[in-house]
Amino acid sequence: MLEFKGVSRLVEGRVHIHATDLALQKGTMNVLLGPTLAGKTSLMRLMAGLDKPTTGTIHWDGRDVTGMRVQDRKVAMVYQQFINYPAMSVYDNIASPMRLMGISGAEIDRAVKGTAEMLKLTPFLQRKPLELSGGQQQRCALARALVKGAGLVLLDEPLANLDYKLREELRAEIPKIFEESGAIFVYATTEPEEALLLGGHTATLWEGRVTQFGATPQVYRQPADATTARVFSDPPMNFVTAVKNGAQITLGDVKAPVMGAMAALPDGTYRAGFRANHLTLDRESASAVAFPSTIIVTEITGSESFLHLHHGADRWVGLVHGVQHLAPGAQVNVWLDPAHVYLFGQDGRLVAPAPYAMAA
Amino acid sequence: MAQITLQNLAHSYSAAPKSDADYALKEMHHVWQDGGAYALLGASGCGKTTLLNIISGLVRPSHGRVLFGNTDVTDAPTAERNIAQVFQFPVVYDTMTVRDNLAFPLRNRGMDAGYIAGRVGQIAKMIGMEDKLDRKARGLTADAKQKISLGRGMVRQDVNAILFDEPLTVIDPHMKWELRTQLKALHRELGHTMIYVTHDQTEALTFADKVVVMHEGRVVQMGTPEELFETPAHTFVGYFIGSPGMNLLDAKIDGATAHIAGHAIPLGKNYAATGRTQIGIRPEFISLTTGTGLPFTLRRVEDVGRHRIVRGEAAGTPINIIAGEGEAIGADMTHVTFDAAKINVYADDWRINGAA
Amino acid sequence: MDKTQNNKAWFLVLPVLVLVAFSAVIPLMTVVNYSVQDTFGQNDFFWAGLSWFEDAISSDRLHEALWRQILFSVIILAIEVPLGIFIAMNMPKSGFWASLVLILMALPLLIPFNVVGTIWQIFGRGDIGLLGHTLDAMGIDYNYTNDPIDAWFTVIIMDVWHWTSLVALLAYAGLQSIPQAYYQAARIDQASRWSVFRYIELPKLQGVLLIAVLLRFMDSFMIYTEPFVVTGGGPGNSTTFLSIDLVKQATGQFDLGPAAAFSIIYFLVILLISWVFYTVMTNLDKQETF
Repeated sequence: MLEFKGVSRLVEGRVHIHATDLALQKGTMNVLLGPTLAGKTSLMRLMAGLDKPTTGTIHWDGRDVTGMRVQDRKVAMVYQQFINYPAMSVYDNIASPMRLMGISGAEIDRAVKGTAEMLKLTPFLQRKPLELSGGQQQRCALARALVKGAGLVLLDEPLANLDYKLREELRAEIPKIFEESGAIFVYATTEPEEALLLGGHTATLWEGRVTQFGATPQVYRQPADATTARVFSDPPMNFVTAVKNGAQITLGDVKAPVMGAMAALPDGTYRAGFRANHLTLDRESASAVAFPSTIIVTEITGSESFLHLHHGADRWVGLVHGVQHLAPGAQVNVWLDPAHVYLFGQDGRLVAPAPYAMAA
Repeated sequence: MAQITLQNLAHSYSAAPKSDADYALKEMHHVWQDGGAYALLGASGCGKTTLLNIISGLVRPSHGRVLFGNTDVTDAPTAERNIAQVFQFPVVYDTMTVRDNLAFPLRNRGMDAGYIAGRVGQIAKMIGMEDKLDRKARGLTADAKQKISLGRGMVRQDVNAILFDEPLTVIDPHMKWELRTQLKALHRELGHTMIYVTHDQTEALTFADKVVVMHEGRVVQMGTPEELFETPAHTFVGYFIGSPGMNLLDAKIDGATAHIAGHAIPLGKNYAATGRTQIGIRPEFISLTTGTGLPFTLRRVEDVGRHRIVRGEAAGTPINIIAGEGEAIGADMTHVTFDAAKINVYADDWRINGAA
Repeated sequence: MDKTQNNKAWFLVLPVLVLVAFSAVIPLMTVVNYSVQDTFGQNDFFWAGLSWFEDAISSDRLHEALWRQILFSVIILAIEVPLGIFIAMNMPKSGFWASLVLILMALPLLIPFNVVGTIWQIFGRGDIGLLGHTLDAMGIDYNYTNDPIDAWFTVIIMDVWHWTSLVALLAYAGLQSIPQAYYQAARIDQASRWSVFRYIELPKLQGVLLIAVLLRFMDSFMIYTEPFVVTGGGPGNSTTFLSIDLVKQATGQFDLGPAAAFSIIYFLVILLISWVFYTVMTNLDKQETF
């Protein structure tokens, strides 16, 4: 188990990581999710022992390892860049960490072949890394990290430099690889979808602070505050002012029925948040309400379309099915079911989770 | 501005190409409409950069002609083609101010100062850099520099075409949204023929009216985003567009029925297919059932938030299914059915049309 | 630094520190020691305070040598830098010819300094030297041992011959690293050849050229062997540069104290100019990254 107790890090008077308590269990996948510069890499460097915390202590299986050098910890790291030894074959690349540990030849051979098989590198073992595609190069780097049986494997945006189709393939494979290894995996990413695909646990980061840590689907569906919700939504969560008055809640200037946990809240003003995919072009449920909006621009991903739109002064993004050609300036009604609305207090804390998320 | 015609175009980097494999670009014949927004989409190494370089004049095709309007420009150097190009990495003149950078292509062509000032102001406004016009380009961020490159590409009004070579590679993800949106708006405003090379499907489909999908040196489909999604002309398009891509199953085609591992699947139309026949169905159009359809073994369910990806196997082939956020997936869901209207039939990887 | 690290690595640096101490620090300290003492031989030394420095600073001899030295450095920089860039721009970019030209360019750099001096000393002679003889035959009165102008001409040509390659090779490496996209963009923008040079090549070469100028400046400011072999500092004192003058004083006249004071001033001048260069360069880098 890897434990952070009040760990913080300051560099030249600036806070990189605020005091953090975190416990990562053996055999779990842990995603660090946050935008660029949120502190993902800083946190990973602390975990690896590349940097020393300014305050707090780090424990590994109950032992204090705060000052221990990275060489003495069983840590493996994979970076965004494909880092391999260019002059060595793929086989030697994978074998290199074990050779450094002075393991016998036969054992190395067995481990290298097993790892290569798992990462579909067997046909390329005799090639040089630069003769491989980007995806294969990153597989080779992954294999090197996995082969030495490190207790802690740190992956810092390992797929960011790959074409999206390769990313899709490796992304589907990483959870399988992880299940077989039993190590603590820590995976940094900027993409909420990647976090969801990897499953396990997610820590959302924002400006050097862990805003929430828990089971990935739970953090996604029940974010503790507006910041977490924003970090864990791509495109970012849409917000609108909400005024609750009895059994009615006014979102912007559209009246909707109160549902679920909203009913228990005192009347007053809140911030309502909802995700892009919960805006629809058709009325898909009886409780949905229509928001007259103006299209700014439409983006098409292939199977879905992003609608950037204005509702009054608010700027929203909708993610709808199919290829939609809506011209800029077009007036449309977008529908939103209050069951998909989160309510946040004026301080940003979640006061009422979206009713659908409680049901799921 | 001009229509671009690629006449029996092919290109090989080797001097004496023998087989198909020696060609970086295999023979193609295409007309690119004046004022259109095109995207060249494909994985790295598919030949899209070669094609762009042929259009820009950096590479002379080994076979065929390139026409701008009615003029043969196959042998014309880049400078004579009157095109603009935006590169993968920002190309700016470091020691010049932003203003001078934008004015540079116009000054070199001897435009009058009043026109230049007006045009630069207009472009600066479009790319949102009015407040930085008098700063040196050297000190700016990669985003800002790339915006200058975009601006310099668009500052001339008389260009035949504007070429973009993966222009958003160095842009921070949250800025990509904004630039993509701006590019689209700029195309509408300026009406130039634009060709945009990328490996990113969202960039391609959002930007372009017509997307040209390339695979192994061949244009496998040139179509609208809807066509690429609904009726991929080649199995590669089915795989490449959409996430996850189209499911492909080997099938014996017999008129309006596909036979897969002893199960009959209705196709809705009549097909006459020979060679290696497959049916393609997108994950969006497969439903899980408790008993009807093809037997299905569930491997894992991935929650992507807005929907779930169900991964499993049917007839020995991996199958992905997209299920809605709230949809229940019980242990009794052991079969799958396909939406007949959404099935495409492929013979040797190419889509064939059915008859009603 | 609050990185988790061990400090054992410093022990590995120790041998270098010892070496540097013996080769640089101790000799330098000896010079400092000499510069504040006087001697009449027999290893008897007397405290002289800063008088040698006062003498040196007010000495016309040093002033003249210093101006000569600055003039020399400025002239060779003014020739070698533009010439080096020009050569670099016209060198083949790849293939057999590129390798051949690179080797040819590197040749002068590989020749020992006194050999360079000897080559030019003979080359310029009116009786047997190819250059001197040819010039004489063309009716030009050329004699580097009599005429100060001819002597300067010879020394400068020799330095240009010896060192332009260095500038050219550095500039060549700099030019090679400019991405093709820049040239293509310039063609699309219909930039003239001059614009390409002025707005793309020169700015991109800036860093490399600063290093070239710094290296050439320091080297030329300390030049000794080649002019000593060719002219011996003459005719008269016309090519007596700082280091030649220094050696004359120290070993010729055995004026250890004044020579030591002279060296320290010399050292400080070089240090000061190098520091200015360094500051300029690092500031440029800062601009670059921002």
